[in-house]
Amino acid sequence: MPLLKVAKTGNEIFAEAMRQINPDVVAAYPITPATEIVQIFSQFVADGLVDTEYIAVESEHSAMSACIGSCAAGARTMTGTSAQGLALMWEMLYIAAGLRLPIVMAVVNRALSAPINIHCDHSDTMGARDSGWIQIYSENVQEAYDNLIQAMRIAEHPDVKLPVMVTTDGFILSHCLEVAEILDDTEVQKFVGTPPKRRTVLDFEQPITIGALDLQDYYFEHRRQVAQAMNNSGKVINEIAEKYAELTGRKYDFFEKYRLDDAEYAIVLIGSTAGTAKEVIDRLRSQGKKVGLLKVRVFRPFDYLKMRQALENIKVIGVMDRADGLNSFCGPLYSEICTALYESEKKPILTNYIYGLGGREVKEEDIDLIFEDLFKVGREGKTVNAKYIGVRE
Amino acid sequence: MEEKKLSWKELPECDVLEAGTSKNFKTGNWRSVKPVHIPEKCINCLICWVYCPDSAIKTKDGKFLEFDYDYCKGCGICAYECPKDAIVMEPEKK
Repeated sequence: MPLLKVAKTGNEIFAEAMRQINPDVVAAYPITPATEIVQIFSQFVADGLVDTEYIAVESEHSAMSACIGSCAAGARTMTGTSAQGLALMWEMLYIAAGLRLPIVMAVVNRALSAPINIHCDHSDTMGARDSGWIQIYSENVQEAYDNLIQAMRIAEHPDVKLPVMVTTDGFILSHCLEVAEILDDTEVQKFVGTPPKRRTVLDFEQPITIGALDLQDYYFEHRRQVAQAMNNSGKVINEIAEKYAELTGRKYDFFEKYRLDDAEYAIVLIGSTAGTAKEVIDRLRSQGKKVGLLKVRVFRPFDYLKMRQALENIKVIGVMDRADGLNSFCGPLYSEICTALYESEKKPILTNYIYGLGGREVKEEDIDLIFEDLFKVGREGKTVNAKYIGVRE
Repeated sequence: MEEKKLSWKELPECDVLEAGTSKNFKTGNWRSVKPVHIPEKCINCLICWVYCPDSAIKTKDGKFLEFDYDYCKGCGICAYECPKDAIVMEPEKK
């Protein structure tokens, strides 16, 4: 298969993937650090490289509203945003999922105000974790590209019909140049194919109403359908990953295990910090320490069973959250890992670290500190609440 | 007979309803005041027909025919807009 090597930033590669998908509609509003995605894409529209109708709107609330309208009308629809922009879309996120609209959105992870900050953490998308959107996180620029191409097919699959957000870490990925392999345009077109038929509001033969008032007697049944769609999506995500691997040789799972199978001490995290962690793990391994990593890629749906199987034989696990739950106990990823392991008879010792808020840099030394702490927890037992890594005490 | 309510598996997906369901709901029973037509004053300009938000003004051959009390909610817009005071609002319960 012809693969082209390119040097692109996370934002450039998102825009490139969108160009290759050639959606019918993109409705977007600029926000740092995601602006370039739709800015570059709007240039593709202006240059006639895509057939897309570009809707420049006055806010992110309007952006998602326009996406909902166009997707309900039958158009293949994409957008991009970050942080406050995602927050402003909030009520529309739930509506997109509730109406089962396969919108695909590139999200650049950025801290939420206040205080105002434009750099990376995962508070924005973690807040949207129960909105009914599928969430796929990327470690690097290559994954961002691969995830976005697959997202279109996942979203539109007849058993799923749910919106998907694909994320990159703000600035760390969005603005850093990396080498990645991309498919050629015709291969992407073949892969995403013609969207499967859905019932849409612009069908003059069989007109429909969507989003009608749904009170005590039917709302619950419709929400149950959304839950089922999310249940179904796991199988579909894996099937599409397999088809994508045939095309590219890159096989993706819900999570990546790195030197994990015989590990006694492991960290679990999401996103670009995985790269740093792998360096540290290689070094510690060369010193004979049995350490490993589990990097979560698909956070919604969350594969509790596979997660349990992957982690239950480990002695001590440190879950690193790049978002604080502000619940006086732990971060959101920790809650999920804890739930996944509750059914396990082996029950590894779990401990939680909040790190990297507002773009606070995460160095190898920080990962070293976490492993040292895990070794200590292994000897002395666990402390209860989340620990804050990299904050000035 | 009690209405058979569909289970989540039986319901059409994606919150989709066949269009035109509002026809099934006789919203006229929400009304507390009703419009009454005074034919002597009416010039058949059909401004009432244009303004009625519920399509509850029926016409025939370009002339006012009657109110459709099955759907008229008694909002009074027709009476307000009528340039000849040919529509008045009267309480439902006299």
